[in-house]
Amino acid sequence: MLSFILRRLAIAIPTLLILVVFSYVIMYAAPGGPFDMERTLPPEVMANLEAKYGLDKPLIVQMWNYVYNVVVHFDFGPSFMYKDQTVNDIVSQGFPVTLTYGFWSFVVATVVGMSLGIMAAVYHNSWLDYVAVGISIGAQVLPNFVMAPILVLIFTLWLGWLPGGGWQGGQWQYIVMPVIALSTSFMASIARLTRSSMLEVLNANYIRTARAKGLPMRRVIFRHALKPALLPVISYLGPAFVGMITGSVVIDMYFSTGGIGVFFVNSALNRDYSVIMGITILTGALTVLFNLVVDILYAWIDPKIRY
Amino acid sequence: MNLKATLSLTAAAMVLATTALAGGTHPVTGEALSDNQTFTYRLLDQFPTLDPQLNEETAGGHVIRDLFEGLMIQDADGNVIPGVAESYEASNGNMTYTFHLRDAKWSNGDPVTAQDFVYAWQRAANPETASPYAWYVELTSMVNAKEIVAGEMDPSELGVKAIDDKTLEVQLTQPLPYFPAMTTYATLNPVHQATVEEFGAKWTDPENMVSNGAYTLTAMVLNEYHTREKNPMYWNADSVIIEKTTGYVINDVNQALTRYKAGEIDHLEPLPPGQYPALKAEMPDEASSVPRLCSYYYAFNLRPDAKPEIQDPRVRRALTLAIDRDVIVNQILKGGQWPAYNFAHLKTAGFEMPEIDFAGMSQKDRDAEAKRLMEESGVTDLDIKLIYNTSESHKQIATIVSQMWKQKLGVATTLENMEWKTYLNVRRDGQFDLARSAWCADYNEASTFLDLLTTTHGSNDGKFSNAEYDSLMTASKTSDNPNEMYTKAEKIISDESAIAPIYHYANTFLLSEDIKGWPYNNAENNWYSKDFYRVAE
Repeated sequence: MLSFILRRLAIAIPTLLILVVFSYVIMYAAPGGPFDMERTLPPEVMANLEAKYGLDKPLIVQMWNYVYNVVVHFDFGPSFMYKDQTVNDIVSQGFPVTLTYGFWSFVVATVVGMSLGIMAAVYHNSWLDYVAVGISIGAQVLPNFVMAPILVLIFTLWLGWLPGGGWQGGQWQYIVMPVIALSTSFMASIARLTRSSMLEVLNANYIRTARAKGLPMRRVIFRHALKPALLPVISYLGPAFVGMITGSVVIDMYFSTGGIGVFFVNSALNRDYSVIMGITILTGALTVLFNLVVDILYAWIDPKIRY
Repeated sequence: MNLKATLSLTAAAMVLATTALAGGTHPVTGEALSDNQTFTYRLLDQFPTLDPQLNEETAGGHVIRDLFEGLMIQDADGNVIPGVAESYEASNGNMTYTFHLRDAKWSNGDPVTAQDFVYAWQRAANPETASPYAWYVELTSMVNAKEIVAGEMDPSELGVKAIDDKTLEVQLTQPLPYFPAMTTYATLNPVHQATVEEFGAKWTDPENMVSNGAYTLTAMVLNEYHTREKNPMYWNADSVIIEKTTGYVINDVNQALTRYKAGEIDHLEPLPPGQYPALKAEMPDEASSVPRLCSYYYAFNLRPDAKPEIQDPRVRRALTLAIDRDVIVNQILKGGQWPAYNFAHLKTAGFEMPEIDFAGMSQKDRDAEAKRLMEESGVTDLDIKLIYNTSESHKQIATIVSQMWKQKLGVATTLENMEWKTYLNVRRDGQFDLARSAWCADYNEASTFLDLLTTTHGSNDGKFSNAEYDSLMTASKTSDNPNEMYTKAEKIISDESAIAPIYHYANTFLLSEDIKGWPYNNAENNWYSKDFYRVAE
């Protein structure tokens, strides 16, 4: 197991390097640069800007300097757009925000989604099943950019219970609506996955045997059915978790949370090269990491899997 | 009750007592003031910087205007009034300006000196600062500005020097009667040298920043909010009523509108597109539309290798005439914009609207004339490419204009929308027949618009070039009556159909009824929190 983990971590390094090179090339291939604006800057002003940010050097030199600074100094460079900030500043401010609402969204989506799925499977074709399926379909078809304005309309304007946006260091009032908006569609997917895989497992012979032995239903479900039923769910949860903690531009835009998602999208639009790279690497590294975590969980759940 | 509880209760009582004192009446108008002297507003996006010398856009400008004070500032009508400078004299035929500074202080108690301005201005021009607004220093015509920005001279050679702590002398290369007005802009605000040198790029963090305006920066979270609070060291602090201004970044305008209605923000600008009439009906005392000094137009590609039909002024004029601007303004935009038949915004200070012949015609006559010109030119089966950057309202306008051309002139239009930076690149490279464009005033004077169409201007993406126009604009710089030349220049734009003007902008916004002192008559929409106050409900 340990050698498996080490091997996977070793592969992560070239993976991330390839990611850096690809992103760099694609980014530079996109038309326009960070300092292009409505007003064409006089050549001398443009030259000063390019010199300050190293854009006057050949691409390969820029890339090498970038990787060198990241590896040796853990310095992701200054933002080209937010001139008083470095990429490290932006990520260290935005990522904790995203991590917080992403984590809670994950918890809510997983707990509620799995409960709904299990309930629907166990009470298959009963009204409980229909309610659970109904909720998950409803949650699935309501995208978060529709959810967000509706939530604010209800909880801020009509009821006056929650502030319409902001973060304020992560006080609970500010977390509730982002978490609801972000978690619902994940919750729906988890519920449907859990339900179908649970249904399959519940029809398996060994479950019939367990029930024939006279085991109580609760024990059958939690002891015998749940673990194997979770396998497909877990392979979904890994990427879903990364998706939630690396930010949602919709959540950040609608709730002004200041998370990483809105920085990522804006950096692409503004050609803020260093921020694009910084967040790409962060997302890439987290994806590699959580795919590994999923694989480890797999081995733990399914004894048939050996590495 | 334990000691701690007693203490906190006492503290609470004291806070209550002080806020009660903040109430009272307005010293000039006598209105009853609210106990809550705060102002909150919506920002569309996070501003890129609060460094006055690096700033290049409006949202940051509003904040910097509160935090830093230049030699001159603006009043609620947009007039230039003394800021840090108590007075000034122009000499040497408007080529030398001497400013006399008042006893102003930085927020840390240091005196604001002439040397602070020298440092800041040299910093703005210094290639190492790499300010995207370095061209503004060149625009002031300060001696050696251009050479310094180009790295050919040392920043210390800039034509500005401190005669003593309270006297600043500026040397220009050409007479600029409006130089004092230019000192209101962020680029020429002073900065605190010791702070900038100690903290580098981080000097604008709230814990580091030392400023000399009516407010100081007390909190700043990117893409969320920032707060600025009354600066007790400000020379005119006694007249400042608003204690705290907070700007919330709310990207989505409908979300911002909901939050405005929920009372979370006092000011929302701009309003969701097309919703101004409905909001005005719903909240007549809160919704406003004021001029905004920007012009919307379609640029014709006049490069020699561009589409030959477009090079024919009759075709350009036919296309211009066939646009029914009233439809665009009244049916699509609906926010108090003006149909445009010329380039410079009609509310630009001192600008006399030229006589543009087709402005007075009915649309029916314009259409007839357009058809006639098209026939005269002999151009048939014209197919043109119109580019615009992705946006719902640009799309609506482009669609309706292309329909007008199709119906009235039989001209086919290919619409191409692209993301902002791509569009800028394509437009700059001239890969279009017509390009949706807009230009906003850098200062409230018609040359800010009209200079754009001079041959050498970097943003003249249509590459219009006319020798008479160029010489008029050059002569206007040193003229005592430049407006006469502006009118002639506009006439050339119209006669040559250099561009197709479409509309002049308006700014639509909602402002809470409690907030008074808004500068409705400042055409540049420059506001200072220090001029506001909140009346008691």
